[in-house]
Amino acid sequence: MALLEVKNAGIQFGGLKAVSGFNMRLNQGELAGLIGPNGAGKTTSFNLLTGVYVPTEGEILFNGKRLNGLPPYKVTQSGISRTFQNIRLFSELSVLDNVKVAYHSLAKNSILSSIFRLPSHFSEEKNMEEKALEFLKIFNLERFKDEKAKNLPYGQQRRLEIARALAAGPKLLLLDEPAAGMNPQETHELMELIAFIREQFDLTILLIEHDMQLVMGICERIYVLDHGQLIAEGTPEEIRSHPKVIEAYLGEEVSNEHA
Amino acid sequence: MDWLQQLINGISLGSIYALIALGYTMVYGIIKLINFAHGDVFMVGAFIGFYAIKGWGLSFLPALIISMAFCAVFGVLIERIAYKRLRNATRIAALITAIGMSLLIEYGMIYIRGAQPEAYPADVLPNKAINFLGVHINSQSLFILLTSIILMIILQFIVQRTKMGKAMRAVSLDMDAARLMGISVDKTISFTFAIGSALAGAAGVVFGVYYTKIEPLMGVIPGLKAFVAAVLGGIGSIPGAMVGGIFLGVIESIVSAAGFSLWRDAAAFVILILILIFRPSGIFGKNTREKV
Amino acid sequence: MKKSKSFWAFLILAAVVYVVVQFFIGSGLINIYYSNLLITIAINIILAVSLHLVIGITGQFSIGHAGFLAVGAYISAIATMKLELPFILAVVIGGVIAALAGLIVGIPTLRLRGDYLAIATLGFAEIIRIALFNIDYVGGAAGMQVSHLTTWTVTFVCLVITILVITNFTNSRHGRACIAVRENEIAADAMGINTTFYKVLAFAIGSFFAGIAGGLFSHNFYIIQPGNFGFLKSFDILIFVVLGGLGSLTGSVISAILLTVISAFLAQYPETRMIIYSLVLVIVMLYRPQGLMGTREVTDLFKWKPAKGGN
Repeated sequence: MALLEVKNAGIQFGGLKAVSGFNMRLNQGELAGLIGPNGAGKTTSFNLLTGVYVPTEGEILFNGKRLNGLPPYKVTQSGISRTFQNIRLFSELSVLDNVKVAYHSLAKNSILSSIFRLPSHFSEEKNMEEKALEFLKIFNLERFKDEKAKNLPYGQQRRLEIARALAAGPKLLLLDEPAAGMNPQETHELMELIAFIREQFDLTILLIEHDMQLVMGICERIYVLDHGQLIAEGTPEEIRSHPKVIEAYLGEEVSNEHA
Repeated sequence: MDWLQQLINGISLGSIYALIALGYTMVYGIIKLINFAHGDVFMVGAFIGFYAIKGWGLSFLPALIISMAFCAVFGVLIERIAYKRLRNATRIAALITAIGMSLLIEYGMIYIRGAQPEAYPADVLPNKAINFLGVHINSQSLFILLTSIILMIILQFIVQRTKMGKAMRAVSLDMDAARLMGISVDKTISFTFAIGSALAGAAGVVFGVYYTKIEPLMGVIPGLKAFVAAVLGGIGSIPGAMVGGIFLGVIESIVSAAGFSLWRDAAAFVILILILIFRPSGIFGKNTREKV
Repeated sequence: MKKSKSFWAFLILAAVVYVVVQFFIGSGLINIYYSNLLITIAINIILAVSLHLVIGITGQFSIGHAGFLAVGAYISAIATMKLELPFILAVVIGGVIAALAGLIVGIPTLRLRGDYLAIATLGFAEIIRIALFNIDYVGGAAGMQVSHLTTWTVTFVCLVITILVITNFTNSRHGRACIAVRENEIAADAMGINTTFYKVLAFAIGSFFAGIAGGLFSHNFYIIQPGNFGFLKSFDILIFVVLGGLGSLTGSVISAILLTVISAFLAQYPETRMIIYSLVLVIVMLYRPQGLMGTREVTDLFKWKPAKGGN
């Protein structure tokens, strides 16, 4: 059974179809890429998968469970977590606390236990702190742990977002342009890190990326969106030579000239 | 049966709300600020009108014009002194500054002239009962309605037909794009404050003539209600403010006429909360949501 | 470890303050005017800290806090004066009913953001005030007679409990969830936090303590009137939180103390007081919008480190 199955999903804003007829099957452990020109509907698809938008058509199944209409926090609790294209850290919180927040829904102590400082509060807090530090270590962010998130350099902020998403305990991790704004060296390190966490945490990963070389190098399967429609899917080799993909990326100017 | 008189009262009161609401809605449309001090500009307008009529012996129309001119300048001053620095501030900082300005004007006024109320003379406008289809209608109500309608027509003309009106609409749609197109954003915002404040000043004079009693804290409740009217009509929408204001005035008269006059002030807030919960974009507003 | 150290430090400080003040009151070194001022300061700190949880921690801009103060004040007054319940119980009931009112107000309105939430809370507070005005059972506009039952001891115990509960809440995963909502609601949602739940929770806890403050407030006077709980009262509480620094508990405590003392001295000149208040507010917003303390706490000042340059 596929981990994630998207059947004909789509969304309309007013009369505009932002995404329609979106189909996808991700198997456990797969690393897939979602590409497409600007405005193709990539981030919108992520928003559909994570419950930010409720699909107006089709259905989304995760682990055999229907996700349509679940609010984002429930989607996350059921095992999908994400990063954002425009970084959305908790900027006034420390780096460590940013990761701790993601661990929130996995902790069990009640509000009263925190207010009255019962033993369960201390044990959960300690556990959270240890887990959060582990994630920071993996991402080499340990030395920044007491720094406010907003004071981190840009590349480190992107890494922190991934660490935070990972701390929420996902089975499926959605990365929205994780390497945006990074230099080649940082990008390379990031890609190795992504491969590492996939092994380590037995993850399935779907990532949006503009850097073609990177997507082709790391992803086993690629989905191509254009104008809200899925126009191709397949292995990197298949995608590279797919006529519709070439047209979508190169043909725009050509067809515009004819119009 | 005085239902017609009640309806006319409601519409007259509503047209005062509408005049104030226009300023709220234009300012919110352009800089996304709830200008709490707007109700106090209305109060200042009422006092200027009072001094013009009582002190200088002017008649209604010149007093109205003087009050509008004074308030226009006053509104621009408020914007220049306090709000201009807030363009890039957080929403909370902007809102708190506006509340601060409002209190500063109210208590500054009390400090200058004391808290005692004043009374407009009763004969500023002819006050006769007109017999219409067997019902008595107060002629003052009609004058007030007429004044409001003329002002709204002038406003509509300015916004739709003049260059400055076009600039206002452009800035409220997209400030950065408007700036790139060579529109002076600062000038346009000041102009918006001038127009909105002039209308509030006019509302103040009209209010004074109609209800006679004015005092330094008179702007608080009508100000809040006018804001409710603006939200009701869809904040940022000029026709919305007019319809919202009149609708609110009529509702209030109905509540009063039904024998719940002590609850009248609560009606506006109940409407506000219902609107915010069920249709936060108001009657004429557009839905917007944060981009993820 | 360091958390429990500051916990004991706080309790010792509280005990010292209590004993010193109690000594002064008991020995007659300070007169009734000053002991009343101390009670007012403590009540205002409770109000400031409870609103700090809603605005400073959770980032929900409520400007109708006096509405919950009014609910607590009237409910507890009904409990003591009409139902003849003991004072302490009455104060707690006032808090609970205020928390319920907070739930009723919060559940529909906390979906709204920023300005709209502010206006909705203001509207609710006005509705509560107008309702009190029109209910003859509680005396309407003339107000309601209340016995003077509030003592320094009871007020101070309530204050200590309020600060402990709100600090403990803030320094836990639940408090972090609230801060996450303030910092970035969409990201908080995406991290598995039920943002609506935490907003409503913070609002209800804040309302509860505002209600407690209401019970202490009403029994510190001989009469309460709806006019005591208008927009200006909400504004007084708001300015404590904003001036102290949004997000700083100690900041709101300090500004509550300072402003209560200042306004006691200006009690004869209410207009001057309002002019100073509003000027200070505007100037602070224009030149130091983060308030006196920003999101820092006084305790941070003792573990000061160079901001840049690493360890």
